[in-house]
Amino acid sequence: MSEDIFKVGSFEFKSRLIVGSGKYKDFQTTKEATEASEAEMITVAVRRVNITDPGKENLLDYIDPKKYTILPNTAGCFNAEDAVRTLRLAREAGGWNLVKLEVLGDTQTLYPNVVETIKAAETLVAENFEVMVYTNDDPIVATRLEEIGCVAVMPLGNPIGSGRGLANPFNIRVIKERANVPIVVDAGIGTASDAAKAMELGADAALINTAIAEAKDECLMARAMRDAVRAGRMAYLAGRMPKRAFASASSPTEGYIWD
Amino acid sequence: MADKITIHLNGEDRTVHAGSLSELVVELGLEKRMIAIECNLEVVPKSEYDATLLKEGDRIELVHMIGGG
Repeated sequence: MSEDIFKVGSFEFKSRLIVGSGKYKDFQTTKEATEASEAEMITVAVRRVNITDPGKENLLDYIDPKKYTILPNTAGCFNAEDAVRTLRLAREAGGWNLVKLEVLGDTQTLYPNVVETIKAAETLVAENFEVMVYTNDDPIVATRLEEIGCVAVMPLGNPIGSGRGLANPFNIRVIKERANVPIVVDAGIGTASDAAKAMELGADAALINTAIAEAKDECLMARAMRDAVRAGRMAYLAGRMPKRAFASASSPTEGYIWD
Repeated sequence: MADKITIHLNGEDRTVHAGSLSELVVELGLEKRMIAIECNLEVVPKSEYDATLLKEGDRIELVHMIGGG
């Protein structure tokens, strides 16, 4: 198989697994699990510096921005204005132009606020950000976000951190079939089979955080996700067999020794 | 160092001696690397920290990257 490159905006990756850096028990585990995942892109959050204790260790002492593509996100933003401010700051902090836009609607479901997401996307695209956008698994909204100029659309599999897998595989498939930009399943993946399923449906990549960070063995789960994303991608490219209502013998049905 | 002024820094009132953003970064014991500063809702490029003078009541947001998904 020729090399299967994941292209998003002006970036190219060999890995189709994007990882998060949240919820780990310590930075050392973040580093080890990220390495085990063989991901090349990692999301980070933008937060106020703790000015009363500025000497604390920094995530970026463990996750080298020269080695990984850092994807700043807007997690925790509930309106377009805060999301845009957050990403302007991120771009100034590290020069990162490729960003993850995420505008949430409420604290219980963490479902996207699509109206505010669209507003923020329009502003960010106009400011030359390369926007990977988190959204509902809604094909109409996905198309709208692509039209605005987002470089990737990232429909949720299920609510953030729920680990419930893909709620609507059909929607993911429809979104993929209509899209001209990469589709990344983001949120909801709980274990390796969920990641493989997302890739088998045609997703171009999967973004996974909690399923790795909350595994008993984070590094082992990171490797499981690495392999699941690869396996799902290969199965998608290979083209699956048709499903049949009845059995179909695998061995020839002639030349039996008793004929 | 300038006279003491009170600014609104990361959501809290704080009295500082710093006269500019550069001096504020030093006063807080921070490195310029991988931080970003917003002054009265406008992002300030690192190259302008020296020239950006602090005024009483300025609203400053000082951010960095942490773990997130």
